[in-house]
Amino acid sequence: MSILVYTETEKGKFKKAAYEAVSYAKAIADKMGSTVTAVAVNSENPEELGTYGASKVLNVVNDSLNTFNAKPYASVVSSAAQNENAQVVVISSSADSRYLAPLLAVSLEAGYVSNVVEVPSSTSPFVVKRTAFTNKAFANTEITTATKLIGLSSNAFGLVESSTSCEVVEFNPEVPSSGITVESVDKATDKVTIADADIVVSGGRGLKGPENWGLVEDLAEVLGAATACSKPVSDLGWRSHSEHVGQTGKPVASNLYIAIGISGAIQHLAGINSSKVKVVINTDPEAPFFKAADYGIVGDAFEVVPVLTEKLKAFKAQNA
Amino acid sequence: MKILVCISHVPDTTSKINFTENDTKFDTNGVQFVINPNDEFGLTRAMWFKEKQGASVDVVNVGGPETEPTLRKALAIGADTAIRVNTPATDGFAVAKQLAEVVKNGGYDLVIAGRESIDYNGGMVPGMLAAMIDANFVTNCIGLEIDGNSANAVREIDGGKETVSTSLPLVIGGQKGLVEESDLRIPNMRGIMMARKKPLSVVEPAAASDETSVQSFEKPAPKGAVKLVDAENIDELINLLHNEAKVI
Repeated sequence: MSILVYTETEKGKFKKAAYEAVSYAKAIADKMGSTVTAVAVNSENPEELGTYGASKVLNVVNDSLNTFNAKPYASVVSSAAQNENAQVVVISSSADSRYLAPLLAVSLEAGYVSNVVEVPSSTSPFVVKRTAFTNKAFANTEITTATKLIGLSSNAFGLVESSTSCEVVEFNPEVPSSGITVESVDKATDKVTIADADIVVSGGRGLKGPENWGLVEDLAEVLGAATACSKPVSDLGWRSHSEHVGQTGKPVASNLYIAIGISGAIQHLAGINSSKVKVVINTDPEAPFFKAADYGIVGDAFEVVPVLTEKLKAFKAQNA
Repeated sequence: MKILVCISHVPDTTSKINFTENDTKFDTNGVQFVINPNDEFGLTRAMWFKEKQGASVDVVNVGGPETEPTLRKALAIGADTAIRVNTPATDGFAVAKQLAEVVKNGGYDLVIAGRESIDYNGGMVPGMLAAMIDANFVTNCIGLEIDGNSANAVREIDGGKETVSTSLPLVIGGQKGLVEESDLRIPNMRGIMMARKKPLSVVEPAAASDETSVQSFEKPAPKGAVKLVDAENIDELINLLHNEAKVI
């Protein structure tokens, strides 16, 4: 009996979300008087999970799992959960984890709650808090099945070190074939993704055209941030859909979100509401974003942003 | 090809969210309901398959009679028939179970749902449905082509996209990109008139039990006022972000 956590890797290295999921699983385990077992696929450094509280890692090494594929991956996690007789299974909110979760839930007959933001308030009955209405509210939700599946919202719990002696065990369950063949993956490897970024710099229609995006990119580069945009900007084709954040785009839960020339429509604010600190730069002091932001500058982005970028560069150099 | 498009009946994206009955029920007072945006992209793509490849397109919703105007809107956009499973949608698993019955009874080749609804955002119904009916499944789908029994789909992943090949039967979790915003159709008068005459059948639910239940809702704590920094004093912003917010 243990808490099982699926720890996602990218080219053999654990993602930050994997460490966060282990930290969160450890908090549940402490509450339930249990221990954390992680399941990792083709990881180069499985023992690292001990840092965040895993006592055991089921280490799957299998060349047929080099590329993510939801059905075989869901089956691996399901086998691990059964192997450990897990009461609670924790996954992150990455695109891949969200993809496999419903398949896993059906296979384990586990009640599944996604977008969870806190450790269960009670474990009997088992109640977790999740976001609902695209971050406009929370729902305290009870899971009534014997096995529970929790999708942890990204950046909701953070990384908590809890040094634990960690045993790595080879685990090689049978892997079913998938009816899906991945033909090609098109991914910018040199850029921080919105999902993983601590800081996101986002531009809106106030930037007047795609030719002005250097402002956003330069600022993002200095901060090591991901770039994003508002819905009108992606609808106009100034930036790709993959950068659109908001209710119908991607959710953002970064530590810092900087909005440049974005007025702050309710749909946009809903999507970025989980970010911890919000900064807005806009010429219009009446823009709704100022009501949602922590810090604001009323001013022309074309004047303010280059100065901010230069000053941050100096600040970074000084604090490096 | 027989296509089923799953339609969630959700509050309009601009809705103010409030709760009643001791914060246990969503307050529908004054709320305008719409087709879930992620589903509408899927419905529009289904219309393309209907017009170019001769597919039939049915729409389905799991919910009470109050959701029928939303189904009629889907018919006005061009779906052939509508099905309402007469039970409140309270839990993703139970909804998937109801949809699985509809798919089995209707012999659908392709099911298009939204990647998530914008009210509960569970993101679980399409995947659970696929697992229950043993169909292939692609979510966060931003491109879909069907040729005979084969399908090519594009999935949005963190930081990019991947292209996959698969086959029918197939369940899609759709989103913007499946069609563009500018491709969405506003029902015209003819469509609305025709929709009134199209069949909307009400079916009773299959046995299914919920696996989760909402105990209560909460609204986020009210936020403090924004701290305004003078545009001439950028150093102050950097100081605040470093020393007060501690994010840089």
